Amino acid sequence: MADISVRSSANELKFRDPLQARALGRRLASLCEEIGREPISLMHVCGTHEQAIAKYGLRTILPKSLDLIMGPGCPVCVTDMPEVDEAVVLAEDGALIATYGDMLRVPGTAKSLADAQTEGARVEVVYSAAQAVDLARSTQQEVVLFASGFETTAVATAAIALQDDLPPNFSILSAHKYVPPAMEIVAQIPATQVEGFLAAGHAATITGWGIFEPFVERYKIPVVVAGFEPLDVLAALVRLVELIRDGTPAVDNMYPRCVTREGNRVALQQMWKVFRTTGGRWRGIAEIPDGNLRLRPEFAHLDARVKFEIDVQRLWQFAPSALAEKCICGAIMSGLASPNDCELFGKECDPENPVGACMVSSEGTCKIWYQYGGRPDL
Amino acid sequence: MCLGVPGRVLEVEGLVATVDFWGLKRQVRLDVVDEPVQPGDYVLNHVGFAIRRIPAEDIEETLSLYEELLRASESDMMAGDMRDEIEGSSESAARGEADG
Repeated sequence: MADISVRSSANELKFRDPLQARALGRRLASLCEEIGREPISLMHVCGTHEQAIAKYGLRTILPKSLDLIMGPGCPVCVTDMPEVDEAVVLAEDGALIATYGDMLRVPGTAKSLADAQTEGARVEVVYSAAQAVDLARSTQQEVVLFASGFETTAVATAAIALQDDLPPNFSILSAHKYVPPAMEIVAQIPATQVEGFLAAGHAATITGWGIFEPFVERYKIPVVVAGFEPLDVLAALVRLVELIRDGTPAVDNMYPRCVTREGNRVALQQMWKVFRTTGGRWRGIAEIPDGNLRLRPEFAHLDARVKFEIDVQRLWQFAPSALAEKCICGAIMSGLASPNDCELFGKECDPENPVGACMVSSEGTCKIWYQYGGRPDL
Repeated sequence: MCLGVPGRVLEVEGLVATVDFWGLKRQVRLDVVDEPVQPGDYVLNHVGFAIRRIPAEDIEETLSLYEELLRASESDMMAGDMRDEIEGSSESAARGEADG
């Protein structure tokens, strides 16, 4: 059994420019001092941000009064159990499920796709939606792309759906999620008391930073778009805390090399041509109005939910494991708890034997903390 | 899954670009990128699609994170995500083109 409470290898600072990193750390400290209350809670909503933060030990140079938490930033983790169930049922009924690697082991109500695979179903890992189409061309079997991911990934699925030469045995089971509405829900959870959001750089590459303006207007919480280089993250944190100190909620873009105000219009146009938003549950968090991306009726011929009758209820006679009831993934993804608060973390639940979705995905908080260490003791 | 990976465009043919990822030549689709892409440009790629043409003056800053990931160990998770992103582009051979 791995001993983890926290692997410390990541806690040494490994920056390209350690001096600049420390200078930014000092700037944060003096800003927090000016604000003069604690904790000041900031939330980011991106697994890749958490990877960079944990890998480079960024929390070691944050002032103690600053609490940087990860919100619902892992699309695999927020995929709801019934969505996994749909893929499992399709696989059991003889379709070949093509999906991104992390989706394989995400627990459904009764089992994961990996379990179904062990029992003989065909499940193939793909790295792009195009590879799923290639699979469909190579077989007579029905191939269903179980598509997960935020808007960054949904645009790729949309481009594939708009292709006019798709084989008839190809369809899409969309588990795509749309981030902006989830930020609103988290902002409304009283216990989180988030004072500022770091927005994910590559999701914003698609949506543009302008999309956050109505949010800031409504909730008076500043949003700063951040890149993924450790210094990008720190610089964005400084900007965010400045906005909090000044009491001027606004959107600022600290990742201009990839993000514009309007975003990628070509990609957005394709995404909204193919997808519409619907309300749905994000695993463990809440019902998120407009949080799910589903195929529009014009694409019914590609929609696995239309093409097949998917009887997920037959799986529900199997109870989830007793351990799953102790899993606190939902509280972690809402920013209410950290992996260290979970009694299973690193014990019954590790990347080899994940109990919850947050330990499955490389973007899940638990797996990231397991690999890189989490909040260091200061 | 939202990491994305930058690469240098070698060739453009219609909506497909041949992109160099640190010596690895792969095909990336240009369906969703919102600016014209030419050989020599850098593009940010995600699951097989270019999603952004990166301004030339920002390349160095953009590449530094990835260059560090290339030096990270096999088992490093972020480096693994980066390899997955490169896998998302298709191999030139798969499209039956001569691979130089």
